[in-house]
Amino acid sequence: MTYLSPLIGLGLAVIAGSIMFTFLGKPPLAALYAYFIEPISELWSVHELLIKAAPLILMGAGLCVCYLSNNWNIGAEGQMVIGGMAGSILPVMFPEVVGPFLLPAMIIMGTLGGMAYAAIPALLKTKFKTNEILTSLMLVYIAQLFLDWTIRGPWRNPEGLNFPETRRFDAAARIPEMMPMDGRANWGFVIAIVVAIAIWVLMSRTMKGFQVKVIGASPRAARFAGFDDKKMVFFAFLIAGATAGLAGIIEVSGATGQMLPTISPGYGFTAIIVAFLGRLNPIGAIVAGLVLALTFLGGENAQVVLGVPDKAARVFQGLILFFVLACDTLILYKVRLAFGAAAPAKGGA
Amino acid sequence: MRGKALAKGEALLKLEGISKYYGSFKANDQISLEIQPGEIHALLGENGAGKSTLVKMLYGSLQPDEGEIFWQGQHVHIGNPAAARELGVGMVFLHFSLFDALTVAENVALAMPPGKSVGQVGRELKEISASYGLPLDPNARIHDLSVGERQRVEIVRCLLQHPKLIIMDEPTSVLTPQEAEDLFVVLRRLSAEGKAILYISHKLAEVQALCQEATILRHGKVVGECVPADETPISLAKMMVGADIHEVSSRELQVATGEVLMQIRDLNLKGDGGFDTDLHNVSFLLHKGEISGIAGIAGNGQSELFDALSGERTTDKESIVIKGENVGHLGIQKRRKMGAMFISEERLGHAAVPEFSLSENVILTRHGLEDKLNNGPFLSRGTARKVKDAIVHMFDVRKGSDDPTAQSLSGGNLQKFVLGREVMADAEIIIVNQPTWGVDAGSAANIRQTLVDLAEKGAAVLVVSQDLDELFEIADSIATLNEGSLSAFVPTKSTDRQKVGLQMTHDVAGTTSHQTAH
Repeated sequence: MTYLSPLIGLGLAVIAGSIMFTFLGKPPLAALYAYFIEPISELWSVHELLIKAAPLILMGAGLCVCYLSNNWNIGAEGQMVIGGMAGSILPVMFPEVVGPFLLPAMIIMGTLGGMAYAAIPALLKTKFKTNEILTSLMLVYIAQLFLDWTIRGPWRNPEGLNFPETRRFDAAARIPEMMPMDGRANWGFVIAIVVAIAIWVLMSRTMKGFQVKVIGASPRAARFAGFDDKKMVFFAFLIAGATAGLAGIIEVSGATGQMLPTISPGYGFTAIIVAFLGRLNPIGAIVAGLVLALTFLGGENAQVVLGVPDKAARVFQGLILFFVLACDTLILYKVRLAFGAAAPAKGGA
Repeated sequence: MRGKALAKGEALLKLEGISKYYGSFKANDQISLEIQPGEIHALLGENGAGKSTLVKMLYGSLQPDEGEIFWQGQHVHIGNPAAARELGVGMVFLHFSLFDALTVAENVALAMPPGKSVGQVGRELKEISASYGLPLDPNARIHDLSVGERQRVEIVRCLLQHPKLIIMDEPTSVLTPQEAEDLFVVLRRLSAEGKAILYISHKLAEVQALCQEATILRHGKVVGECVPADETPISLAKMMVGADIHEVSSRELQVATGEVLMQIRDLNLKGDGGFDTDLHNVSFLLHKGEISGIAGIAGNGQSELFDALSGERTTDKESIVIKGENVGHLGIQKRRKMGAMFISEERLGHAAVPEFSLSENVILTRHGLEDKLNNGPFLSRGTARKVKDAIVHMFDVRKGSDDPTAQSLSGGNLQKFVLGREVMADAEIIIVNQPTWGVDAGSAANIRQTLVDLAEKGAAVLVVSQDLDELFEIADSIATLNEGSLSAFVPTKSTDRQKVGLQMTHDVAGTTSHQTAH
């Protein structure tokens, strides 16, 4: 049943989506075709799918560790932005530096950047008991505005005619494409798959993964086992931050080749859906990442073909999350309407 | 035998061939039972015998797969607890279901049909509680009440619904001997008024003193019906367990003769939350080969003491000494490595992760100890399963499948598993909090015997328990924890239940809590 519920959720989201398109005055079947079939009917757009799936898979897998240990990091978006910026330091500020070490150095710096930014909510949670949902979310906006300022200010491309973008990266600073004949997909997708599998091994085979699950399932039992929940807060946030930072630099040096203020169309938030749709299992996140990448791509396509607003794609993603969570709840619990059961409370003491 | 005297067909409750299956497992198998009005009827059985399942069907939270229920001669279907209450079935729970932060009247009002104000409920409550000799202040907050008073709230809440049958699940397991006596007076009075009581207990002596009839369950079947007064505790226990039950073998009592393995020095600890108890200058010694018992009513600092001893909460370095080394600042796993083992009161969610399998729960507390449970950073699930099998075999843990989740085991079986897990490795110091809480007679006897055997083999054992009978059965010396202060340990031989019982409720000022034991 646990593996069936995301499928039911997806099905219900498609039905609800069709109703939405009907109300928008678009033929629902044509809309669904534009969303889910057309984007994968041609090879070049399958490549686009892989490009979009890479950051979703990476962050979805990283967030699994957070959510399984009861750390509600919803700031992957910000961690991705900071990771992308940290990774871009070398090609933007030192464009004359090129060589075989450049790309690995960028990837490491991007990963560290994401980790450093994720460490902030972890520190606030362990030191001051602040709610990580709020802090990690607020840090997203800080990251986005910082990115915007940097690109419009110190990092602006000297040859860019005042457009808000950095200089284009040297070829040595780009992640190579896998099959340049057919499309743009780069090796970032493979990195994402490898990282997701590594996190799966971590979670299911190692002592550390066991700790994560114990702390999430039963904090008291975790204390009894001698597991340190504060260290776990850092561990979970740093893993998620590392995947987000990696996703950021893969996006910058793979897909776009320069830093833009709109580097992420909300991948970090969509990754939350990926984690849950994938049953908080990193392997599941691979599948879920592909599905949600399709909604991004389908959204762009539907915008062109049918003229529906691009926000329709976000609504679709939201529908998926709601239906999956609702399926989980309704499959495990029985709803019973009990009118008036709380009535004595009205008596007032 | 009052019940039998009534004409046939007047039974208040009659069960015919009730069965309940979980897959291929028969939790209840063709159970038939009759309860007459005014009868105190005991339901006896080991944990896992099917008592809870049967009671849940009577209270409407489970539906039988087969069989029929007759209420006052009428065939009934009890669809949910509200329907049960409407018929006149009331239940007093083993684990209290009260909200700590609400008042007595508010708690009671929550369980009443809508339409009455809290004030109205409070007045009714005061009336009924006074008439039964169960004094209660409707405006008192639950967290200020003793365990005995909380039970009173549960009973009064049940009485306000004017039940004809009251189900009581191990009601005395949290009471002092004096409080239990008071409860019996109330129960006898209810019985005299014609209210029937289904009394679930594993304390055979009190079943004999109180109940007129007993039905004994084993493996989901009725294996006997008897008049408890005509039996002996041993013969009753035999029927429950289906084999000879051993009294814990007696041994020479040791008092402060063995080498000191653990020392507690002026331990002070702040309670964790608003409703917890602070510990004040607790000091005592644990000697090799001895069982020390700490009596006391729940909520007097037992869990705080356990947390401090185990290292789940760290304290001053010098407050706790294991084998001559200061360990107050060390965590639980470091203390385990020094040969100390801990068995907590809560099995699910503390000693074990409910939704994890037994073998995973082996890893929970044994990781990093002498077994090869991990291979570098990787888990050895195979080793964990072998350790699990060994524990299951040695401690006779009964379970439905090979490696079930902890939450699917009955309380007694899970406790045997948890105890086995901790003592499999030769533990030198064993700290156990409420070892037989909610555990049936057969398993409890096994558990006590295990603790005695461990002491014989040279372990220092500390048993924190609310069950005085248990402490007097196995402890060499006894102290009392009252509002976070510990009295001096006295040899079990030189005290008795009444004295200790009084100490449990005594004003703190009167105790000698600041003296070092022995």
